[in-house]
Amino acid sequence: MAVRTAVVSSRVGRPGPLVTTVAVLLVAATFVPLGYIVSTIFSTGLDQAADLVFRPRVGELLRNTAGLVVLTVPICVVLGVGLAWVVERTAVPGAAWWGPVFAAPLAVPAFVNSYGWVSAFPTMHGLSAGVVISTMSYFPLVYLPAAATLRRLDPSVEESARALGSGPVAVFLRIVLPQLRLAILGGGLLISLHLLAEYGAFVMVRFDTFTTAIFEQYQSSFAGPAGSMLAGVLVLCCLVLLAGEAAARGSARYARIGSGAPRAATRVRLGLGAIPVLVALTAVTAGALGVPLWTIVRWLRSGGAKVWDLGEIGQALGQTVALAAMAALITTLCAFPVAWIAVRSTSTFARIVEGANYITSSLPGIVIALAMVTVTIRWAPPLYQTVTMVVAAYVLMFLPRALVSVRAGLAQVPIGLEEVSRSLGQSGVATFLRVTLRLTAPAAASAGALVFVAVATELTATLLLAPSGTRTLAMRFWSLSGELDYAAAAPYALIMIVAAVPVTYLLFTQSRKAAGV
Amino acid sequence: MVSVRWKSVSATVAVAVAALGMTACSNSSDDTNEITVYNAQHESLTKEWVDAFTKQTGIKVTLRQGGDTALGNQLVAEGAASPADVFLTENSPAMALVENAGLFADVDKQTLDQVPAQFRPSTGKWTGIAARSTVFVYNKNKIAADQLPASLLDLAQPQWKDRWGAGVSGADFQAIVAGLLALKGEDTTRAWLKGMKENATAFPNNVATMKAVNSGRPDGGVIYHYYWYRDQANTKESSADTALHYFKNQDPGAFVSVSGGGVLKSSKKQESAQKFLAFITAEAGQEILRDGNSMEYPVASAVAANPALPPLADLQAPSVDPSKLDAKKVTALMTEAGLL
Repeated sequence: MAVRTAVVSSRVGRPGPLVTTVAVLLVAATFVPLGYIVSTIFSTGLDQAADLVFRPRVGELLRNTAGLVVLTVPICVVLGVGLAWVVERTAVPGAAWWGPVFAAPLAVPAFVNSYGWVSAFPTMHGLSAGVVISTMSYFPLVYLPAAATLRRLDPSVEESARALGSGPVAVFLRIVLPQLRLAILGGGLLISLHLLAEYGAFVMVRFDTFTTAIFEQYQSSFAGPAGSMLAGVLVLCCLVLLAGEAAARGSARYARIGSGAPRAATRVRLGLGAIPVLVALTAVTAGALGVPLWTIVRWLRSGGAKVWDLGEIGQALGQTVALAAMAALITTLCAFPVAWIAVRSTSTFARIVEGANYITSSLPGIVIALAMVTVTIRWAPPLYQTVTMVVAAYVLMFLPRALVSVRAGLAQVPIGLEEVSRSLGQSGVATFLRVTLRLTAPAAASAGALVFVAVATELTATLLLAPSGTRTLAMRFWSLSGELDYAAAAPYALIMIVAAVPVTYLLFTQSRKAAGV
Repeated sequence: MVSVRWKSVSATVAVAVAALGMTACSNSSDDTNEITVYNAQHESLTKEWVDAFTKQTGIKVTLRQGGDTALGNQLVAEGAASPADVFLTENSPAMALVENAGLFADVDKQTLDQVPAQFRPSTGKWTGIAARSTVFVYNKNKIAADQLPASLLDLAQPQWKDRWGAGVSGADFQAIVAGLLALKGEDTTRAWLKGMKENATAFPNNVATMKAVNSGRPDGGVIYHYYWYRDQANTKESSADTALHYFKNQDPGAFVSVSGGGVLKSSKKQESAQKFLAFITAEAGQEILRDGNSMEYPVASAVAANPALPPLADLQAPSVDPSKLDAKKVTALMTEAGLL
């Protein structure tokens, strides 16, 4: 019996040919954008490439982009961790209510947030505007993991420190903060990558980054060498961030040894301090949710019924939902083989498969789209400007979002159940459908939802790759707000936010579940 | 105007899923009752044209929206495989780009006869469909009439530092630079762009520029005329405190940009495509320019301009052959100047 089990389990553990093929195809596709940029550098000629890279404008963009990251990420970390600590560890009034409020800004696309702020303060522009808007859009990316970690931390360590004479500040700095390191690094990396990739939010406040400049170059010369060189520098920035985060994460482990759930920590009483804390929480809420929502309501009121062109809105909504649903489905399906290999195998191949996808997802959509436009025109003309191609770009861009969920789901499937199914004579496919898929369905659903929202608000890749006649919600919003017809843009902004609300709620509940609460 | 490809989306879902997204979608059919227009003109104006055209002929039109130069370069990259039948732009340089790549079919003689010679290239490979004039929009509280620049070239002088702006990345402004390049040559243009990098604020487009000037930051801007007239005809929300200054005297700043239309040689729907071009340059199409809210100048079929506009003939525009405008060189020079 023992022998038989061993044989079956090795079959269960090894990726089959289908899984391997899909994974290999995905890895190959992953290298298309990078390969495109490298090949343009050579086809441009190294001299001209150097001229295009080493020029004052690139220095200017590098300063802007670096300034943005250096200012925004620490602010988001302080804000996210601070809010998480207040919500999770103090007796602030309405603690249960603040939790979802600080996850909610994730439902507001950054360019809609920008539209809100620019409407309220029309003279906002440049670096300061970029920092304000991206802080308000992205701080939940630190808040959510920080809050989840705080819930999971065993308070007994903090209590011991207090018993040994440390004050509350010292306990926070020496005990709590180090344990938040992974949440801070992970959230900080995500925010940095968002900052590098964001286009619409920064154009609206006239702040030039690599991504906005690449788009300008694209507008002026389609897929010209200057745009590709900027893309090359941007890719380098992304790789530096990825490497930096990996190095900072180090190999220290923070897991709790032993079984059992930690007790809930005793909440700090704020006393009179509750007033300034409440003021601060309200201010953040007003900035992140109040400003965009107030702007949308104001424009909807001033636009009246005539901005609700139901024909156009309906068409945009239909196309957006169709694209997002297709991308969500296919991306989630593609995530399974990759997650399978990542969870069940420790081979070098597994590491390559996983790593490759993270690198591509760190590339801004504009770079991936530029590469795919050029590649399909030259080598796959039948795929050019098809739904297939734009969906393929979405898969490359958003696979890691699906991967995170699917992998977590797959890791919790007891291999024993699959083994039992196989030993009862079921085929691999049947086992997958009846056992594995059923157990990972919730994880797959949340993966699909994440991709759905990402695609529904995606702009640059859709603009470049979609079939003629495509006008998604984001495209319409962008063209109307670009002409400063803010009233007509308002319905599109509202619909995009409403569509993202359920997923944001899901993310919020997932982050609590992950903490075992 | 739902394209054929979009109707097949639901069918495609099944196919795409089956092949994990690696299957090709249906290509556009060879049905001559549907053409694809790469449209860099304002979407609202082209839509008016398209609706009237479809009503008259029954030919459906799918639009691919984009900027002049992006779509022009895209057509060049696509070459003979392009899915486009017609190309419409706001300006001439992108038309010249596609013409120089040998991608345009000859425009029907009857269409050319509708358009006076000064509004189309002598080659007859494309035609003008509308026109727009360069203007200097300025805030009346910031600049007195006697301090206005006499020439576009003056704006590169130090006294204009931080006092003007333009929609740098847009095809409109790049067409004005192309006019400057054609009129004054490369050295003057390079020096002017260098001064511009020092002096000017970059905006995403003309509307944003005008709105900023209206709020007094900066004092003035280089835009096209019709954004101002359109806002004046509506709420004046973005132009109440501003006025227009026409450079006149054949100055590069008096440049009149010709919007172009052409039929792609690679189109399998030549007849429908030519019909579309004939329609927009005929009286009915040009009257949309006069009566609609685009405020662009009609150039064909002897249709007069909207009465709110100064007559095109009075603007003393410099004479530039529209097919000599060089988009590529302009992008290169602007990249060199650090503007792009």
